[in-house]
Amino acid sequence: MVDEGRPLFLQIAESVEDSIIDGSLSEQEQAPSTNELAAFHRINPATAAKGIAMLTDKGVLVKRRGIGMFVADGARELLLTERRSAFADRYLDPLLDEARKLGLGPDDLARLLAERARTATTKGTSR
Amino acid sequence: MTAVIEVKNLTKRYRDTTAVDDISFTIERDAIYGLLGRNGAGKTTVMSILTAQNFPTAGDIRVFGESPYENAAVLSRMCFVRESQKYPDDATPTHAFRIARLFYPNWDQGVADRLIREFRLPMKTRIKKLSRGQLSAVGVIIGIAARAEVTFFDEPYLGLDAVARQIFYDRLLEDYAEHPRTIILSSHLIDEVANLLEKVLVIDAGRIIMDEDTESIRGRASTIVGETSVVEEFVAGREVIHRESLGRTTSATLLGALSPEDRTELSLAGLDVLPVSLQQLIVRQTQNAVHTDEGALR
Repeated sequence: MVDEGRPLFLQIAESVEDSIIDGSLSEQEQAPSTNELAAFHRINPATAAKGIAMLTDKGVLVKRRGIGMFVADGARELLLTERRSAFADRYLDPLLDEARKLGLGPDDLARLLAERARTATTKGTSR
Repeated sequence: MTAVIEVKNLTKRYRDTTAVDDISFTIERDAIYGLLGRNGAGKTTVMSILTAQNFPTAGDIRVFGESPYENAAVLSRMCFVRESQKYPDDATPTHAFRIARLFYPNWDQGVADRLIREFRLPMKTRIKKLSRGQLSAVGVIIGIAARAEVTFFDEPYLGLDAVARQIFYDRLLEDYAEHPRTIILSSHLIDEVANLLEKVLVIDAGRIIMDEDTESIRGRASTIVGETSVVEEFVAGREVIHRESLGRTTSATLLGALSPEDRTELSLAGLDVLPVSLQQLIVRQTQNAVHTDEGALR
């Protein structure tokens, strides 16, 4: 799961964010501790602590003294907004780059996208 | 951060070779350090001097603010797990652990017992008759269960298989998380330990060539791959530490973080960017040092 190119604490923070976004970690629930994250990802606890600190700075986690870290109210909405605004940079730009290389225009992409979305939905409902 | 070890201008000479060449560094409390470098770079010499098992030719060493030589108060707070630890001929692991328990004030027998089970260490076999891996396990168990304030592990994994190494890393990390202390881990298997390390010291030819936070080294170098002429155009004027070509494709490893503008330029030029792991970076850096400094000991 570790991507060499990016700071590890960012990746740890993102893994916690992902759990909040997909609902496996709900608001007001206790977040994993620094030591739990370190043991699970097999990383130095100081690195895990840096990831957690980033999430508290952002207002995603709140500290309850003596108990631990909890997911803040409104954390999911905050993360969704942030991820949506980063969506184009993160996913569309590389898609357009590759499409340009292959000689696929915006219309081709729109068609492919619609096709894929259709098959994805039928797969989803059949499950 | 407070320093537990301070080294100033340390030099160690053996006859006509210089094993350690005027190095200075500090080790901070409660962090996990990686002491990395090639064979013969000077790692073991540094560790044995810090634990008073060897004498410096010149320089000043402070451990917990004091000189470690014949200083029992300092030595009982340190544990040095050597790659080639010698035990008395008739000693068994039971004897070794009994002595360790007497010597180390923070010894945790519960931790030792658990590790003995996990490593499936035969307790009544003479240490002389143990396999290389079992011998390493004895050292690793002492190093973790001693809970010394400063613990050195010098290539502690020789003969340990992948499963046993994972047990070592996991238990070390777990015990460190609960009982923070200073750990200095010397290893060749850099990729295996990279994520455990908070700080990295790289020794090459008796000198320190890197002394940094592991996190700040990530993303320090990247490899650019693509058509030779396009790659060369991009890397012109930058520090290239490695270059390989296959047909019309070139892969060049660059030192220095890439800016967002660089990334846009690279993607428009159709060049691929690959991350460089800590191990790859150190391999390149220590290779280069040999080329540029031929007079130094390898």
